[in-house]
Amino acid sequence: MTSLNRVISFAVVVITFSVSLASTSRAAGVHDAWSATEIATIASMRLTEAGERPPDPSNAYEQLPAAANLGKQLFQDTGLSSNRQVACATCHLPGAQFQDGRPRGQGVGAGRRRTMPVMGAAHLPFLFWDGRKDSLWSQALGPWEDGLEHGSNRVALVKWVRAHYLSAYEQIFGLMPDLGPLPESAGPNGTQVELANWAGLTDTQRERVNRVFANMGKSIAAYERNISYGETRFDRYAETTAAGNRDGQQILTAQEVRGLRLFLNQGQCSTCHNGPLLTDYAFHNTGVPPVDATAPDAGRAVGVRKLQQDEFNCLGRYSDARPEQCTELHYLATDDPTKLGAFRTPSLRNVAARAPYMHAGQISTLDQVIEHYAQSPAAIIGHSELARPGESQGERQVIRLTPAQIQDIKAFLETLTGPVVELGSKQFEAIGG
Amino acid sequence: MSHQIRLTSALFALTALGLTACATRPANLDLSLAKASATGAYGVALVPPATVPAINQIHSWTVKLSDSAGAPVHGALFTVDGGMPQHGHGLPTKPRVSNELGNGTYRLDGMKFSMTGWWVIKLNIQGPQGADTVTFNTVVASPHKI
Repeated sequence: MTSLNRVISFAVVVITFSVSLASTSRAAGVHDAWSATEIATIASMRLTEAGERPPDPSNAYEQLPAAANLGKQLFQDTGLSSNRQVACATCHLPGAQFQDGRPRGQGVGAGRRRTMPVMGAAHLPFLFWDGRKDSLWSQALGPWEDGLEHGSNRVALVKWVRAHYLSAYEQIFGLMPDLGPLPESAGPNGTQVELANWAGLTDTQRERVNRVFANMGKSIAAYERNISYGETRFDRYAETTAAGNRDGQQILTAQEVRGLRLFLNQGQCSTCHNGPLLTDYAFHNTGVPPVDATAPDAGRAVGVRKLQQDEFNCLGRYSDARPEQCTELHYLATDDPTKLGAFRTPSLRNVAARAPYMHAGQISTLDQVIEHYAQSPAAIIGHSELARPGESQGERQVIRLTPAQIQDIKAFLETLTGPVVELGSKQFEAIGG
Repeated sequence: MSHQIRLTSALFALTALGLTACATRPANLDLSLAKASATGAYGVALVPPATVPAINQIHSWTVKLSDSAGAPVHGALFTVDGGMPQHGHGLPTKPRVSNELGNGTYRLDGMKFSMTGWWVIKLNIQGPQGADTVTFNTVVASPHKI
């Protein structure tokens, strides 16, 4: 995918005056009639518009092939779990869209949220459904210590790496410091025994364990940033449409084109699912029913607090960034009431290949997902951004879709399926999931 | 500064066609970036960045504050609010206005637009002429060639 590596001008311009002419002009000579503004939006959704993967200043090792190699091994190592049966790849299956097809992840315990795919994650300012992490490396640390995922603890993880990967580790990060006598298990996020053992370590020991732990995450990030989406039928349609090539537009059927038109306009899908990854990278409450209505997931409202308190965030001592490079943290929206019950907009690339949907896999099929937006139910927690009939919701319009239109949008979404690729390496064989 | 404004205006004029497709904005939307505050206590001008930011790129604007007679206002404090009226969400970041750079000019940092379309930027002003607010509309668009 050399095209992914092209530096693309992804510029967006703030216009200071009204341009009503735009909505009436038509590009001549093409098979499907689109307004100039629609063509501009379609062009902005091409995968190539994502441009070069942005560097992460908080990870000085992310572009080292040796780090990516180590990260790939760690990603697949079930030794990094309490029962020696769970690896990152247990839920993020490389042959199945780097996810597991389950409503909620299954590690050493039953998880609370849907497994997210890895592809394109290098472009995301915030990770996890609630954005409680601000880098790929920091994200990778969470599941290892989560009692429902890998169920391990910081000291056990670091000792495993020291025992099995010391040479590879030291080639990247230099000599591993003397960690002193360590208990079998200890960490700040574990059981009472692990917490007590962690408190019993010296400051120097904790700092050194944390440093190795952070470097494990930085290796995972070096691998994961290479996992990317590949070109789809939609991308080829968008390219030919932007170029005004009538014949090339035949790559999509009439129904798929109708679905695209609904996606951009009546269905309001592109309100949040926009840009080259079909996501705005932001957090929204769209009234998706929680799994347990008596204990609804607060989403971003809690995630933003966890991010601020995270010792592995961009401003933390284990980050390689200068403080002024941590702009997302400097201008973090910490008190936005609309983020209660809000979750990160997922990419729609390859979406048809990875049911079920939503942050806890609550919705089984794409048809039902689109029906959810057409029905726009009230939120159980917080307030849905979607307009409901008879309800004032700013200037937002009610989404109204017929059953046939829902099928059209679904047909369009299926054009967004393409290969999963490891940049600089290979294309994964299977794209189903 | 005037050079920067000319550059910016030229860029906007060249890219006027690149608007989002999804929602129709009110026909009479006031897109002026220089206007009086709500009670007329201040004149406020917003100056976009000279280098056009990408979607989701954090960037800065400039605020110019004057009194009703057009004289620069010094030492004002601001808070920033905003969002997308048609989409029911606020700004993705929490922008801040810095201390005065001089001559009634202030820097608005931490701006980010997560998508194309109609955005509102609201400034709450606390200055020598009292408290007031001003609300601007702006349209963020993709400049792709057609």
